Amino acid sequence: MAEKMATRQAYGEALVENGAKNKDLVVLDADLSKSTMTVKFSEAYPERFFNMGIAEQNMYGVAAGLAASGKTVVASTFAMFATGRAFEIIRNSIGYTHLNVKICATHAGVTVGEDGASHQAIADLALMREIPGMIVVNPSDGVSAKKALDAVLAIDGPCYVRYGRASVPVVYDESLKFEIGKGIQVRDGKDVALIATGIMVNEAIQAAEILEKEGISARVIDIHTIKPIDEDIIVKAAKETKGIVTCEEHTIIGGLGSAVAEVTAKKAPAKISMIGVQDRFGQSGKPDQLMKEYGLTAEDIVKAAKGLL
Amino acid sequence: MINVDDVKSAARNIRCDVIKAISAAGSGHPGGSLSATDILATLYFYKMNVNPEDPKAENRDKFVLSKGHAAPALYATLGRRGYFNVEEMYSLRKIGSIFQGHPDMNKIPGVEMSTGSLGQGFSTAVGMALAGKIDNKKSKVYVLLGDGEIQEGIVWEAAMSAANYKLDNLVAILDNNGLQIDGRNDDVMKVEPVYEKFESFGFEVMEADGHDIEELAEKLDAADEVEGKPVLIIARTVKGKGVSYMEDVAGWHGKAPNAEETEKALAELGGEQ
Repeated sequence: MAEKMATRQAYGEALVENGAKNKDLVVLDADLSKSTMTVKFSEAYPERFFNMGIAEQNMYGVAAGLAASGKTVVASTFAMFATGRAFEIIRNSIGYTHLNVKICATHAGVTVGEDGASHQAIADLALMREIPGMIVVNPSDGVSAKKALDAVLAIDGPCYVRYGRASVPVVYDESLKFEIGKGIQVRDGKDVALIATGIMVNEAIQAAEILEKEGISARVIDIHTIKPIDEDIIVKAAKETKGIVTCEEHTIIGGLGSAVAEVTAKKAPAKISMIGVQDRFGQSGKPDQLMKEYGLTAEDIVKAAKGLL
Repeated sequence: MINVDDVKSAARNIRCDVIKAISAAGSGHPGGSLSATDILATLYFYKMNVNPEDPKAENRDKFVLSKGHAAPALYATLGRRGYFNVEEMYSLRKIGSIFQGHPDMNKIPGVEMSTGSLGQGFSTAVGMALAGKIDNKKSKVYVLLGDGEIQEGIVWEAAMSAANYKLDNLVAILDNNGLQIDGRNDDVMKVEPVYEKFESFGFEVMEADGHDIEELAEKLDAADEVEGKPVLIIARTVKGKGVSYMEDVAGWHGKAPNAEETEKALAELGGEQ
């Protein structure tokens, strides 16, 4: 079994590294620093960390004001409260203004686990994707989680980065080249394309291995940047395989599946099967139990892939 | 030393610009623009350290119009202060104009923050004041709130955080005209006692006649002496101030005067000086 790490853990460490490089980096949190892992930054740079209390709307407004004053701002809380509760503040004060704020949200998706539906953000990518100019990133493992932060901090403008709570297998090694807007072909294949994002990349890789044993060649693509999406890699997959399975730990309404379908509908019509949360709320349970319950496992992807052939 | 006549003259011109621009646009918010005019004039023509030639000057004071619907008053103030030719703002609300219905910081020189969705401007001003503290700046951040606006929850989150971080470089001003779209504040949703609310949230609270330039200037100067906490100046104002038929009438919150009404308003205001 591969080494495991939560993407939020890698994020917390990367934040400290960036704090040393960028003296204008200011970090905000809303009373969840020990969970989002911004606590590491708060210990390293207490003079540049501000706890805004349990008040997410104000936190993102303050983030906008800091950014308008020349600061590079990272503001963290759970994905539910960042993109849900504070949505309109992010939309109007960070998106419309195009300010340099990085919304780094953790505890996204159903793998939040036991806390249940109220805390499981399954539409965060959809919400952030509709804001003009917002870059939306969803790293798949510890290595890409760190590189995702480095990459968004190099951009002057609003970005959303989605991190998870649970430990997930490390997919990449340190040589990974992570470029915003460029999908990664993790594995080549000609029969079917498994286009995945976030922690579903690992499930897609496992699915491809199962399919291989059954004589089906599956291409695996990691779309870590939901917006701007890598149209070329999607069009190529649509043309070179018999069908696409999109894989996301997110509602199929407005997320990766929708984004891929928007591309193929315009440029290369393809058969698509969407693995993701099927218009349901989450619930309490262990992450692996919830992955099964919501049809998000490698086995579910295998079934969907076969259905396309 | 304040030259009251200069500020008054600026305010009169701003009021005329507001009426002309909203009349030309056929829509907009005259009531809350006119109630805020003397506050804006006192800030930009007396108090604030700003340079229209260099709108992004490092140590400038900043102003955020949290009640963004008073945009015509802000545009007229900036125009009269020299950020741009004031006549440009007569393109208010027209397609392609930089003078959007609500302020856009990326389009208009001198606008520090895009506002319009109520309450958010206050939060962003807290962020600007916090940045000022991080950088040990002496400059101030001024933010103008409407009294209906303080019904928004984010206002109280922002107030709590401003006091928590001891932002004595933040001066909030409440345009307390007592009216909102659907009627009197306290008939729609009780906001009083505002003084006690902000005081209990950790603000140094002052009161002023929002149309008395000298008193406004005096309170803004007094705010400079406050240490360790943010300031709120409750400015008692009259919605539609200066135009008889608009004064204290909720119906003029978001309605443009017709040609005849415009002429009457401009005559009452005494026209451009």
